[in-house]
Amino acid sequence: MSILAASHETFAQHQKQLADQVRVGDAFVPRGHQASQIGLATGQDLKAPEGVWNFDAGALTLTVSAGTSLEAIEQVLAQERQCLAFEPPRMQGLLNRGGVQTIGGMVATNASGPRRVAVGACRDFCLGVGFIDGQGRMIKNGGRVMKNVTGLDLVKLMAGAHGTLGLITEVSLKTQPIQEATATLIFEGLSDADAVTAMSAALGTPYSVTGAAHLRADKDGTPARTVIRLEGFERSVRYRAAALQNALAGFGDSEVMWDADDTAILWASIRDVTRFHQSMDDVWRVSVKPSDAPSLVAAVQPEDVIYDWGGGRLWLRVKPDTDVRAHMNAGHATLVRASDATKLRLGVFHPENALVAKISAGLRAKFDPMQKFNRGMMG
Amino acid sequence: MQMPAPNDQVVSRKPELVTKLRTALGSEGVIDAPEEVKAYECDALAAYRCPPLVAVLPKSTEEVAQVLRICHDMGVPVVPRGAGTSLAGGALPTADCVILGVARMRDVIDVDYPNRVIKVQTGITNLAVTGEVESDGFFYAPDPSSQLACAIAGNIAMNSGGAHCLKYGVTTNNLLGVKMVLADGEIVDIGGDHMDASGLDLLGLICGSEGQLGIVTEATLRILPKPEGARPVLIGFDSNEVAGTCVSDIIKSGLIPVAIEFMDRPCIRATEDFAKAGYPDCEALLIIEVEGSDAEIDDQLARIVAIAKQHNPVEIRESTSPEESARIWLGRKSAFGAMGQLGDYMCLDGTIPVGELPYVLKRIGELSKDYGLGVGNVFHAGDGNMHPLILYNANKAGDLEKCEALGADILRLCVDVGGCLTGEHGVGIEKRDLMTHQYTPEDLDAQMNVKDVFDPKWMLNPAKVFPLAASTTRRGQL
Repeated sequence: MSILAASHETFAQHQKQLADQVRVGDAFVPRGHQASQIGLATGQDLKAPEGVWNFDAGALTLTVSAGTSLEAIEQVLAQERQCLAFEPPRMQGLLNRGGVQTIGGMVATNASGPRRVAVGACRDFCLGVGFIDGQGRMIKNGGRVMKNVTGLDLVKLMAGAHGTLGLITEVSLKTQPIQEATATLIFEGLSDADAVTAMSAALGTPYSVTGAAHLRADKDGTPARTVIRLEGFERSVRYRAAALQNALAGFGDSEVMWDADDTAILWASIRDVTRFHQSMDDVWRVSVKPSDAPSLVAAVQPEDVIYDWGGGRLWLRVKPDTDVRAHMNAGHATLVRASDATKLRLGVFHPENALVAKISAGLRAKFDPMQKFNRGMMG
Repeated sequence: MQMPAPNDQVVSRKPELVTKLRTALGSEGVIDAPEEVKAYECDALAAYRCPPLVAVLPKSTEEVAQVLRICHDMGVPVVPRGAGTSLAGGALPTADCVILGVARMRDVIDVDYPNRVIKVQTGITNLAVTGEVESDGFFYAPDPSSQLACAIAGNIAMNSGGAHCLKYGVTTNNLLGVKMVLADGEIVDIGGDHMDASGLDLLGLICGSEGQLGIVTEATLRILPKPEGARPVLIGFDSNEVAGTCVSDIIKSGLIPVAIEFMDRPCIRATEDFAKAGYPDCEALLIIEVEGSDAEIDDQLARIVAIAKQHNPVEIRESTSPEESARIWLGRKSAFGAMGQLGDYMCLDGTIPVGELPYVLKRIGELSKDYGLGVGNVFHAGDGNMHPLILYNANKAGDLEKCEALGADILRLCVDVGGCLTGEHGVGIEKRDLMTHQYTPEDLDAQMNVKDVFDPKWMLNPAKVFPLAASTTRRGQL
């Protein structure tokens, strides 16, 4: 019995209908409003139930039906001064789509923003999952408690599977308090390499950095900015900001942005890759060891780049049809925005080593033997 | 505890098996004398014992692969073993198995401070990882209480947590990559020194898989800068319920302490008799630790104390020095030893939603009376991970069985209030047959399907995790 089905009859009925539909149907694309889908797939839309949740603020846990909008949930959490700490990005602007982002889409794409470098990814906040597999079976795994090692962890497997293993119907998530104060240190004019070194130094201090990004100079004359975020109780943030400025003095002078709105806008723009919205270029999302990032960027020579996660995540804007992977020998690159033809030619997801590919194919064959979900999307 | 009958054919081929293993590992890596394999007959769940057929101690990933190839070809089950500190019987052998220990694989392969990662062979102990980077101001966050002895291999297999995981997460949140040997001897690299997977999150699947999917020989772990300092406050209450409500209020306030530990009266008394930590005489006490600079610590402790005062505490003891901190932690750290002075005990590990703490503690008290066995509670309250310690007398006929039955009732209670059977110790053999209380046959089938992919012949760590009845057909392929 799922957590929500135990107390919500309509959810239970809806879930059962979906399971019946999967059992008799052929090809499905699990999606809410296509707001976060980056892989290619065709089939009948399959929408998870929406609008049902249990939120236990005192236990920092939320169980929610997967079709529920992320925005609605963030509002519910904010009323108790809580949030999803991994800062899920809104992908609509980058993908040039409208529509509502759902919790299911967020989990299926393991969508994580700037704070991931400090607190972990979406998958690290997923406590439990309910899903319908390719045989129309209703499966649950994990639960709604923070520590749980009971059996194999299918929650992590479903998070980031891009809907290729089943339709997620509900998830339990760990929530976190919204921090009282935020400050952002800003260094101007650093080279990419110096910026990554500065961010590594910042992340290596005990001052609990919760965001470290580098943006190149703009055409409009704004210089390159390396931004480092601190959050917490106000007195603590003030102390740490001064200490961090001191620790990073070797990288030059820095300003501190204290205004809460300015800081929120800045980090939301990094989270949502706002800089690349008004362009027709291809966009790649790359995960590398931070110290490898500058040389990779130098090799790719993108039109523009955003370094997030201290350099561990790169957003690259490149001329259409550029193959970023040709320059990589470690980490992985996902082709987030491109024409379908380019996505077909280069593949959206990074090719896996032979054994990992074999295991992944084996898992797909077990969870979805008739390839009903997102057929061909991930290999 | 029911275990499958050993495969006589495998047992009868022991001389051939030993010869092959010696050829691969040399004689020092293979232990086959009956009096010597006895050293591997159990882990920290010592109530169950069974000497293995052979024990091997390979020195490299390639040697692990050779052992697994030999065993795969001969149809010999393999039970992986880290340091043997499992409290769930995760490393309990079968009479027809090869125990594969990683104790001779303890190298640090690379330390990379700019990228905040360390790469190690998995036989290294948990504490030795921190030891490697400590002088440079870093640490490895998961801190199971066995950290002096337990190996990273076992931490990954069990997805180990510890007292400080409220803030830093458990093993799965701190693991970036592994080198793993599959049951047929193939070597696979998963993840690396970058964050997150592009394809399916196999790393997340492997972590906590209790040796069912493969043997992890190398791991890339996230290391973190050490906080400037840490200090606890001890708060005593006159009821479990009030202490539980206080925990909930602290969490709701926006504070995230690194640890919130809870002890109930039976445990406080035992600890006082044993360690004389000077704890107050009360029904329940909390030890709450926060981190940061001195001023930040003062600020956070003041906020905690303000919340606690709304709940009429019988005592508040704020640490102002390392000596006072050590004194506050002394009792908590001696709790298991103290309970051991009272007799034999079994340590449970269920997790419950934090809000259910008062009810669950009350029910445990009632069950304890019904069974006539004492139960002490000492646990990580911030995340609801309980560790009821059931006292029994191993020399009294029927007492172990009674203790197991009470344990099962308590774990079922954890599931019934919305929690789970195990928060950090793992299922092993101990909770194997309770899995049906938490999962439906379909849920279990989905998990066993994963094992089918990694270990199609079900050769690795047999008869663990999944209820015997549920896995009969699959194991029958042996």
